[in-house]
Amino acid sequence: MRNLLKANQREAIAILVLAVLLTLYLTTHPTGANTYVVTIWANQCLILALAAIAQFFAVIVRGIDLSVGAVMALTNCVASYLVIGSGLDMAFGIAAVLAVGVACGLFNGALVVFGRIQPIVATLATASLFTGLALLLRPTPGGRIDYDLADAFTLDVLGIPTALIIAAAVIGLFWVPLRRTGLGLGLYAVGSSEQAAFQSGMPVPVIRLASFAMGGLFAGLAGLYFSFVTTTGDAGIGPNYTLNSIAAVVLGGVALRGGVGTLTGAMAGAFILKTIGSLMFFSGLPPLAQPFIEGLILAGAIAIGGAGVLRVKNRLEVFGK
Amino acid sequence: MNTIRQNLPRIDALFPYVGTVLLILGGSYFFPQILGIEYLAQQLQIAAFLGVLALGATIVILLGHIDLSVPWVLGGAAIISTSLAGSGDPAFIVAAIPMALLFGALVGVINGVGVAILRIPSMVWTLAVNSMLLGVAVLNTGGFNPKGEASVTMTWLATGNLAGFPVAFLVWMTVTGIMALILKRSAFGRYLSAIGYNEKATFLSGVSTPSVIFAAFAIAGLCSALGGIMLAGYANQAYQSMGDPFLLPTIAAVVIGGTSILGGRGSLIGTVGGVLFITLLTSILSVMQISDAWRNIIFGVIIISMLLLQTLRRKGN
Repeated sequence: MRNLLKANQREAIAILVLAVLLTLYLTTHPTGANTYVVTIWANQCLILALAAIAQFFAVIVRGIDLSVGAVMALTNCVASYLVIGSGLDMAFGIAAVLAVGVACGLFNGALVVFGRIQPIVATLATASLFTGLALLLRPTPGGRIDYDLADAFTLDVLGIPTALIIAAAVIGLFWVPLRRTGLGLGLYAVGSSEQAAFQSGMPVPVIRLASFAMGGLFAGLAGLYFSFVTTTGDAGIGPNYTLNSIAAVVLGGVALRGGVGTLTGAMAGAFILKTIGSLMFFSGLPPLAQPFIEGLILAGAIAIGGAGVLRVKNRLEVFGK
Repeated sequence: MNTIRQNLPRIDALFPYVGTVLLILGGSYFFPQILGIEYLAQQLQIAAFLGVLALGATIVILLGHIDLSVPWVLGGAAIISTSLAGSGDPAFIVAAIPMALLFGALVGVINGVGVAILRIPSMVWTLAVNSMLLGVAVLNTGGFNPKGEASVTMTWLATGNLAGFPVAFLVWMTVTGIMALILKRSAFGRYLSAIGYNEKATFLSGVSTPSVIFAAFAIAGLCSALGGIMLAGYANQAYQSMGDPFLLPTIAAVVIGGTSILGGRGSLIGTVGGVLFITLLTSILSVMQISDAWRNIIFGVIIISMLLLQTLRRKGN
């Protein structure tokens, strides 16, 4: 148990912070803790958590994805056309939405791998492209998602919010198995040292492409889940989520230099970030002071994470690799 | 081979200029008025706002970092300068521009502390600083557009004319000249690229790397603040989130100008070209009166093709 904690120290701290914040939130909430309150909270958190996972797959291979929000906006707009009608229509619609997400991710990946453009720059440009496509579909917010389907994903099952079940499923059924595969190992190898991974005979381009494709898939899932929560299509949701997804992965202990951190941590970071925001809302602080306090907490949390370097004995260690 | 290597940045820097000329020629085919002096002078004036911001961004990117606090340093400087200038007190009016610049430099140093001392990735730290500045601005102005107006000097800086050139353009060129001198002639300029290439080696050579990082971020803050002052002079007011539309075009301009986002390699001349290219592209796209959607798509596609062309050319060498 102690070894397990030590190995996952960053995640353990993140989850502890989250537990404290959530307790605070539920005790300060005017109606107290009930399923409804927790469900609303979980839904908001899951959208950002899925976006953070998309960001995680870019960051873990030492990249950054500035198009996460744009892919969300595009998939959200696609969903507002296709996720409605008969059961079969909706199944195809969801498949199409996720395919759009994967295609966006692969396009980013191809620019990075074959075009040899730095990820941050490539995704900066594709974000504009994807936002444009989203605007083409929905110049003004509109469209509709099937209400029954949306309800099924955003309410609760036996008192447990569906969003939390989805979050657990993503970790248990996707991340844990993935981590044990060659691809899962490859992500960390490429992120830690691309050259070493290449010299050990790893298919670096394939791993990078796969990583971007998974990032696109999760950005698509985030867009889809956003559609379930809002039941409408809006091309303007992008910028906020892009920046917040970066803040979330860092809060969750994922290192921007690549190769360090887990998907669980990224999700925890997203939950923390959203909970801070919700906490502000009910805290009784003057509304005008809230953005400032929110920024202060974010900066403080990141600074505490960075304060470790002040204890480093050898000045050279702080420069990293 | 060696001479080719040395000339690499210069060839990269030429790219956006070629692109700009092509844009003007291509655009004039559809809209002859683009070739008019009036239109081009107006573009130089508008380009100056983005241009001043991009100069600061170039310094930080040469260092291997990035400054995402541009929007609210710009917004904050605009709010400070307009509220001082709009107060009516002569002393305050005189202090408007210096105070706003001081604010920019101060935020720059705060950015530098997080990056150099706490070793927080600049992308995250400057983002957090930006959101704190947003918070302070909202707290101060109550969420409404701040009161105040631009002083005569600010308006002149943004919209005036001197010897047939827009003053804004001349300010941009002057700042470019000063910065180019600093980068070429001073030790600071060399340390900047050295840190961009390899911070550890630079530190081991006895350079006080934290002070270089402080200075670089302070310069970037100054540039953002200057951009804010000029923009406030142009609009005769400060408004909420006036800086947001400038963040990504700034980075795009720097990168199109051939500066490596990884740091170490790049030039101010390239950035100036990148700014001209992006300003003209945006302007021509809006002259064409196409929808917002297509404007975004064309913008994205053209930036991607410029970047691909650059990597293709490098492979060719």
